[in-house]
Amino acid sequence: MAAVARFLQRSAGSCKATIHNINSVLLCRFGGVSLKLVPSCDSHLKIQKRHAAHFTFQADPTPTQHGQTQKMNFFQSITSALDNTLANDPTAVIFGEDVAFGGVFRCTVGLRDKYGKDRVFNTPLCEQGIVGFGIGIAVTGATAIAEIQFADYIYPAFDQIVNEAAKYRYRSGNLFDCGSLTIRAPWGCVGHGSLYHSQSPEAFFAHCPGLKIVIPRSPVQAKGLLLSCIADNNPCIFFEPKILYRAAVEQVPVEPYQTPLSQAEVLREGSDVTLVAWGTQVHVMKEVANMAQEKLGVSCEVIDLQTILPWDTETVCKSVAKTGRLLISHEAPVTGGFASEISSTVQEECFLNLEAPITRVCGYDTPFPHIFEPFYIPDKWKCFDAVKKMINY
Amino acid sequence: AVLRQQTFDSLDEKPQFPGASADFVDHLEFIQPNVISGIPVYRVMDRQGQIINPAEDPQLPKEEVLNFYQKMTLLNTMDRILYESQRQGRISFYMTNYGEEGTHIGSAAALSPNDLVFGQYREAGVLMYRGFPLDLFMAQCYANADDLGKGRQMPVHYGSKDLNFVTISSPLATQIPQAAGAAYAVKRENANRVVICYFGEGAASEGDAHAGFNFSATLECPVIFFCRNNGYAISTPTYLSVLFSNGNSASERHISAGVSRSPSPRFRRIGHHSTSDDSSAYRSVDEVNYWDKQDHPISRLRHYMTARGWWGEEEERAWRKQSRRRVMEAFEKAERRLKPHPELLFTDVYHDDPPHLQRQREAMWRHVQTYKEHYPLDQYEQ
Repeated sequence: MAAVARFLQRSAGSCKATIHNINSVLLCRFGGVSLKLVPSCDSHLKIQKRHAAHFTFQADPTPTQHGQTQKMNFFQSITSALDNTLANDPTAVIFGEDVAFGGVFRCTVGLRDKYGKDRVFNTPLCEQGIVGFGIGIAVTGATAIAEIQFADYIYPAFDQIVNEAAKYRYRSGNLFDCGSLTIRAPWGCVGHGSLYHSQSPEAFFAHCPGLKIVIPRSPVQAKGLLLSCIADNNPCIFFEPKILYRAAVEQVPVEPYQTPLSQAEVLREGSDVTLVAWGTQVHVMKEVANMAQEKLGVSCEVIDLQTILPWDTETVCKSVAKTGRLLISHEAPVTGGFASEISSTVQEECFLNLEAPITRVCGYDTPFPHIFEPFYIPDKWKCFDAVKKMINY
Repeated sequence: AVLRQQTFDSLDEKPQFPGASADFVDHLEFIQPNVISGIPVYRVMDRQGQIINPAEDPQLPKEEVLNFYQKMTLLNTMDRILYESQRQGRISFYMTNYGEEGTHIGSAAALSPNDLVFGQYREAGVLMYRGFPLDLFMAQCYANADDLGKGRQMPVHYGSKDLNFVTISSPLATQIPQAAGAAYAVKRENANRVVICYFGEGAASEGDAHAGFNFSATLECPVIFFCRNNGYAISTPTYLSVLFSNGNSASERHISAGVSRSPSPRFRRIGHHSTSDDSSAYRSVDEVNYWDKQDHPISRLRHYMTARGWWGEEEERAWRKQSRRRVMEAFEKAERRLKPHPELLFTDVYHDDPPHLQRQREAMWRHVQTYKEHYPLDQYEQ
């Protein structure tokens, strides 16, 4: 990494470029390091200024009910959850590609030293093997926490997840199960991740009975939801918005605590429109709610869905019954995205309450592009415009 | 900056690549696979049941050998009756074990009962050896209310928690990396048990086989990979699918039952692939007849027992009659039994039934009550 940084400094030296990590250091499979270059002078080299982050992380009030807290970023809160688990559950093991030295996103730093190499270990580079291996561990009753390095690389394990993990309990008549398996994977856009370091594959898995799919929005949520996934008696996929790994910092309880699965959270109450999102997009929605209030005088209710499957229909429908309007937004492509499921369910349940068509503001039906990311993502302006149109419907 | 480089003794120059430990060579030579003369096939007795090398004779006691024989022939009898019942449309599907009975019983006998078994679908003999009742084999094939799997899977997808036999699933080779993971957990338990994982040579072409072998070696898992190389994957002969020869046993314990110790036992699938298959479309009847009549595990073991005076025509007749009666009794009982309660369609998807599944279950009942004459309710437990 240092060598790459030196090289970049030298090549951009003529305009005193400063190099600093943006939201995360993206260590790719092939060992490359993506760094952000921000020139502090006019550049005749035409080095472009990177597009500013598409969201502003907003910390929630510090939780008081779980004892002592500590300032943690998102990846540190994941480490804290894993640390609590290994400390309290002697069967628990963590494995995947490059987790031993701390992981390419630093989520497992220090755990191998603390708990031993038989509990935190690298596997061969083979996703179908990682998930199959994890299922096997879970079948014996031990706690298996598998890491897939990027959600984009979870598809080689699709068969093991969909045909095996999800169906283990059902097909055996509850003789066997892999309920103590949790699969963690970095997820979502990161500014420059292009096709294979940006994906949001939750909808592929939402069509699969037997799985739980969970996506947190902040360090506090991440730790509580991850501990719930690990403790849950069903195979869980836990997607971590990688753009938040370093960007999101807040006070997180040091001791273990659980945030219930299949429960959405109303983050801001409102009366005119319901905004539903998960992961990073929740922060976009919070800004949209502010903009709608300031510019349009519209009161938005913001809901973080948190669990994609099985999802909390009650909280969402209750909100829409009150506001009469629903906007759902996710980074993933619109066609077949999970917003379709929410939309049709709410339409069935709240037909008499709806005053405008349910609106989906999502990624386009294209692969996730590199240089066009600012135009691809469903940013606050696209969402704001949708709110405006719904109000005027 | 001055780079600190390792110094080499030019007289003792060895490759320093981290990826392999090897010497240099100064001529270009490709390594050729030896397919003409492969890994030898280990055998203890010949086709007439004669021990070839007395030093390798496991000297198994008479009762144990008789038990092997009875379990193999009982499986064979069950196969014939269930195969016929499928032909008559009484069960939806079946897969026989003809010709592979020896691999099941021999390997199962070499294991301890608490060793965990992962299988493919043609290892019913392992369950038979461990004492899985005929009633439960039949219950699974009929998917009746006695089925431990609650009637959810196709026939021959057996499983038994008590007998440490992990429930079979249809996707091929998925059990291989799972077995490696289970073996890793078993090793951490320090419980002095191993995991055995069966699969056919066709399944060994799947990516999951590569995953499982590699993981078990790099993570040092106490697992026995037992490949049933029977020459065919449905219609695909071995030479077209895979030249797979070594099952990479990482276990200290080996298969020592005397029937077969080869890591990848060689024999022939004598029956059709399944009841949905007619193998005469792609292989000769003569070939099948050779394996059935002249080189069958059951006849080999019978020769062995006859030579020792442990078994004769009379015993054979009596046992055939008795085993047939036992199978028929279980068969008729299973056929009379009702199917499981329809609500079992909704349970065990998750550990607890989530609200949306409870709503769907209620919706199904409301519907079925309204349209009950259109559903086979009388065949199901209520």
